[in-house]
Amino acid sequence: MTPPVSVTEVLTVLAARELAGRRIVFAGIGLPTLAAALAELTVAPDIEIIYESGVTGAHPIGLPTTISDSILVTGAEAVLPMPQLFGYVIQGQRIDTGFLGAAQIDRHGSLNSTMIGGSYARPEHRLPGSGGAIEVMAHAREVFVVMRRHTPQTLVDQLDFVTSPAPGTGRQATGRGVTRLITPLGVLTRDLDDELVLSSVNPGVDIGQVRAATGWPLKVADAVGDAEPPTAEELRLLREVLDPGRIYLR
Amino acid sequence: MAANRVTTLAGAVATYVKPGMTVALEGFGHLVPTAAAHEIIRQRIGDLTICRMSCDMMIDQLISAGCVRGLVSSFIGNSSGGSLHELRRALEGRSDRVVTLDEYSHGGMIARYVAGAAKLPFYPIRSYDGSDLPTVNDSIRQVTDPYSGDAVSVVPPLNPDVSIIHAQRADRRGNVQAWGILGVQQDVAFAGRSVIVTVEEIVDDDVIRADPNRTIVPSQIVDAVVECPFGSYPAPVQGYYDRDDVFFREWSDMGRAEGAVERWLDAFVRGTADHAEYLALLGPEVRAKLRVGEAFSGRVNYGLHLRPAADGAAADQEVS
Repeated sequence: MTPPVSVTEVLTVLAARELAGRRIVFAGIGLPTLAAALAELTVAPDIEIIYESGVTGAHPIGLPTTISDSILVTGAEAVLPMPQLFGYVIQGQRIDTGFLGAAQIDRHGSLNSTMIGGSYARPEHRLPGSGGAIEVMAHAREVFVVMRRHTPQTLVDQLDFVTSPAPGTGRQATGRGVTRLITPLGVLTRDLDDELVLSSVNPGVDIGQVRAATGWPLKVADAVGDAEPPTAEELRLLREVLDPGRIYLR
Repeated sequence: MAANRVTTLAGAVATYVKPGMTVALEGFGHLVPTAAAHEIIRQRIGDLTICRMSCDMMIDQLISAGCVRGLVSSFIGNSSGGSLHELRRALEGRSDRVVTLDEYSHGGMIARYVAGAAKLPFYPIRSYDGSDLPTVNDSIRQVTDPYSGDAVSVVPPLNPDVSIIHAQRADRRGNVQAWGILGVQQDVAFAGRSVIVTVEEIVDDDVIRADPNRTIVPSQIVDAVVECPFGSYPAPVQGYYDRDDVFFREWSDMGRAEGAVERWLDAFVRGTADHAEYLALLGPEVRAKLRVGEAFSGRVNYGLHLRPAADGAAADQEVS
């Protein structure tokens, strides 16, 4: 009997489909790495991941647990020191698609990974901060975010802190902001519009549910698609080829 | 006879790290100078400003031990293994440890080290427009680009009083060779007013000279070299040992309880005389589980010059 499809599997498959035709992807470990690997076998045969640690063209013999895992280095095509990675690759605008994570996102696609509640000087919840997110947001051609929770506390009207900015509402920014937001409820896209628009809903989800879970009055595309559930082939690749030990799929 | 800069970890830290100094401890999840941080804790050196791009449990430990006045950083999570609770308690005002945070992005920290190494007055960076970070960090400023007339963000140079890095190997003078993920090891070393390097192995001169391109830090800028096997643990060293993922995960769980980090320090750091004793306390099974196999690099030919071979020496070497 085939096990039921998990939320992680749905998010990974949706992210992989959005990577169709992409080539140079900046990704972290876990779901983004898995999505890029699935895309390589399905919709983006020429895709290559660049990690923040400077590893490019990684060919690890097992799944890495962090971006600094030495398993990524053995057999890799290149390892760049960080000034070159951040100077030439990221600021030099060599990244097609950057994957970022965050605690909060707003309608324009700005991200908060710094703090929640209170003030910057005395936050209620201090988060890890930018890392390289500010640079990836500014210089990647497009930015994808996968959020495991779609609630008014994660898709918010006002960010508690704008770590990585998108242009909009009087805010200037070097980059375009988040261009794809993938959640357990659907996919939001920002192409020509000045804010994220609901472009498809996930299997079994209706538009009203997505509106109710979003912290701002959600704009909806003229024709909202129904995302096709993960196919048998996508699930087979994920479960049997890419992550048979369920390291990332959990 | 060229300088021999080999010393003990206790000697290097006592000589170069003084209360009130700015100390960089770098290594991007790899080649992390953990043993050096522990020695700073053992010597109870306080009032330090610690520079570290990507924090890990070392920062929790230094804060808990009362060594830290300020932190200069761009990522304050526990690598990819959860929260640093001691640090969070300090920043969220739930602790008697008061720590100031001078916060940048990775790009900003790298730019600061590069400017420090090259003795530049500031370094331009194109990513801060629209971020709230410059509004809470007065050191991120704007200047007018003299060529285009546009505004551009700049960050100040960072010149730590002491830069401490870990690497695979060095010779006795302090020529440092490293491979794998190199992070900012070279840049932070050149930025430092003094430089301590801990290495897995001290090797003979001819090992270094057989592959000069692998030298990331030349001996001229190094003050102390310390042989310190397993000195990066629980972070990995390419070709020597793997990362202890379990330790990273468990640290974030353990740190949740107030006082737990203090008790850990009493047992494992302040309760041990040096790094060797700490490793002995962890037990041989830790080293055994992190063992790695062999994957050697190919060799390159640097070329043996035949021109000065009038006396036949070079030609002889070539055929030997």
